[in-house]
Formats: sequence, structure tokens, C-alpha cells
Amino acid sequence: MCVAVPGKILHIEGDVATVDFQGNRVRVSLGLVDADIGDHVLVHAGCAIEVMRKEQADELNDLLAELEEMLAPERAALADREARS
Amino acid sequence: MTTKAILDDLREWTGPDLRIMEVCGTHTAAIMQSGLRSLLPTGITLISGPGCPVCITPAAYVDKAVELAMRPNYRLYAFGDMLKVKGTDKSLSDAKADGGHVRFVYSPLDLLGFAEKEPQFTHVFAAVGFETTAPIYGMLVKKAYEKGLPNLEILTALRTILPALELILESGDPIDAFLAPGHVSAIIGSAGYSDLAQRYQRPFSVAGFSPEHILYAIWQLAHAVRNGRHDVCNLYPGVVHQEGNLKALALLDDVFESGPSAWRGIGILPGSGLFLRNKYAAFDAGSHGLDADPPPNPACRCTDVILGRIHPTACPLFGTICTPGCAQGPCMVSAEGACGIWHRFRGE
Repeated sequence: MCVAVPGKILHIEGDVATVDFQGNRVRVSLGLVDADIGDHVLVHAGCAIEVMRKEQADELNDLLAELEEMLAPERAALADREARS
Repeated sequence: MTTKAILDDLREWTGPDLRIMEVCGTHTAAIMQSGLRSLLPTGITLISGPGCPVCITPAAYVDKAVELAMRPNYRLYAFGDMLKVKGTDKSLSDAKADGGHVRFVYSPLDLLGFAEKEPQFTHVFAAVGFETTAPIYGMLVKKAYEKGLPNLEILTALRTILPALELILESGDPIDAFLAPGHVSAIIGSAGYSDLAQRYQRPFSVAGFSPEHILYAIWQLAHAVRNGRHDVCNLYPGVVHQEGNLKALALLDDVFESGPSAWRGIGILPGSGLFLRNKYAAFDAGSHGLDADPPPNPACRCTDVILGRIHPTACPLFGTICTPGCAQGPCMVSAEGACGIWHRFRGE
């Protein structure tokens, strides 16, 4: 029920945008977001619920790198424990 | 960290046995579709949660929607997945077969045009959903209010997810970590889970819906539990912000107030429902007090499935007399109910 699909804004008129979903053009309300032509938006039930920011999407990779760093001591401790047993 | 490295790391999992709940039905479907369960070590179990709004909508609500659909001067609209859910006797599909006016639409906002075009009818949307969908109903009502449309109403069964998660944590069932619902989180923000994470000392991970995203989240949660961390990690930063969608939250606050509401199979949860504020009461099609459920088949274990106590396959009715074509309980009816999804993909 909470399925949402990303699409790209082609045209804006008032608070309604024409959004391209892989070739299908659909009218979408922009009442819940501040978005411009060319932005990617996440659309649920005919309404954009969030603007998708590429630079923030890229943060995922940074986050994973951070997590990997955080796990390094844990791995070292495990390896140490295994070496001792 | 690559997906392969994560899979290798998980394969060698030597931490404690873990039960991770995926709260959202869309996550459950993605997990089933991708066969992700088979890639996890035996110590890590994924449990399907209460995140299907259709499944937890009480029978009394469906009865009311059916009653409205049968009124000659009413037009009832709903999302497709609401049509087959039975109330005490009938579903909206049954009402349609009996001559009721039921129509499936893509967006609730379509009703603004219908109400203007056909002023002789009262147009009602069956407004079911969680925080993802609630702001869109809020927008509909606010626009109808501004336009002064006297013939547009919503019948609400709107629920918020945090009280249900709190119930699961309070009930003492051993869920170690939560895969938070991605699109609910787009509205309420990753910070929405901080209070539960701290009070119950459980980690939460907000993730998207690709198998890689879900796998990252499971891996992150597993290590969080092993290291005694209970924070909220946002692995969906391109969409979900810590503070959520402020415009949507302001709209929700303007149009709705929270109150106690019934969850099918669970009962009444305080503060878990959203109801129209007094200012917008004229747009309410009669949403209060729709809490009753007829006693289910005594063998039906939907409650245990919704609360993550059992997998759907542990129910004696699953796949025998309870199938998507002849559902005994609400979890089998909806395309995003745990039983319906498991049946479609034939379990593990």
C-alpha cells in the first residue's frame, strides 16, 4: 500500500507536475514538496512525497564506508579471539 | 563495502541468534521476490511485521464503506487493495456486484474533479493507510475545504506505525532489531524511531526496497545488536531525512488529530489513529467508532502473524482453507499482507 515510484519532473503548472516514469507521463501533485523541473521525485498515490537528491543518495556509499570502519575493531577482536582459542 | 563482502560477512555470522522484523509489507514482498532469506545464515531470522494497512482495518470500517456505497446518491472510491477485504458479510467488490457505486482510483486527489463535475452525488474516499498516504488525504480535505466543496468526504482508517511497534516491544516477543518502513519514514523521518530505540534498546535501520538496500540494513542491524548499539541508522538518505517531510507533517497536524483506534486482530491502541479535526468535521463520512470485528475462525492466527510471533506457514489454515481466493483472515486478503505474500511466493 505504501508503494512509491521515482520519476522525473518534465513540466510544472501551478502545483501539478508532469512526471516521466520510464516513458509514461503522469500528472502528479507537488503539494507536499518543493521541486523543480528536472528533479527526481518519489511518487505515491498521485502525489510527490519527497524529492530524491542524488548527492544524498550517494551518501549511502559514504555511510557504508563509515560502517565498515566502525566494524574494523570488532573484526580485529574476533580474529584475536579466534587466534587465542 | 560491496554486496559480496556483506554476504561473505553474513555467511560467517558467529553472533547471537537474531530476529529482525521487517515492518513494512512492501519490504516483505521485496524480500520474498529476491529470495533474500535463503542468503542469510541460519542464526538470522526475518519476521514480517504489522505494516499492511489493509490487513489491520477492522470489519466495522468495511461494513460502513459498503453501506455508503449502497446509498443511491453516494459514490465510493478506494485503492485497489481495499476492494476484496471482507467486512462482517461483504467486501466492496461484493457491494459493487450488488449495484453499489464503487470505483478504484489512482489518486484520492482525483475526487476534487469528480465532486465538481457531479455535484448531485456525495463522493467518498475510503481513506485507509499509514503516514505515507495520510498527508495526501490531508491535502484532499484541505483543498475541498478551500474550494468549499459540500459533496466530498473521506471515511478514515488511518493508523500510525509507532504505537504498533511499541506494542510489539511491550508484549515481550523477542524482536532484536527493526527494519523500519521506508516510505513511512520519508514522512515521519528517521528521528521518529529514536525514542523507541532508546527506551527499548533496539536498533532501527531505515532502508530502501532494492535487495541490496535490504541486505545492507540487515547486516548493519546484525552488527549493531552484536555491539550493543541501539541507534537509528538511515540507509535511505536520498529519500529519507532525519526530520522527515516537514510540509507533510505540518499538513497532517493541521488536518488530523490522533486518537485511539482499533487494529484488526490486535484491538484498540491508544493514540494510533488519525481523525479529522473539528474544523474539517464536515468532510468526515462517519469514521469514529468503527472498531468492531466479528470473531474470526478460531484457528486463524493473523494476530500472531501481525505481531511477528509466528511465520504465516505456522498457521494451520495457511494454504489449506485459507488462500488468497478464499481468505479466512485479513493477512491473506491483501497483496501486502504477510500471509498473502508468503502464499504467493510459497514461503521459504
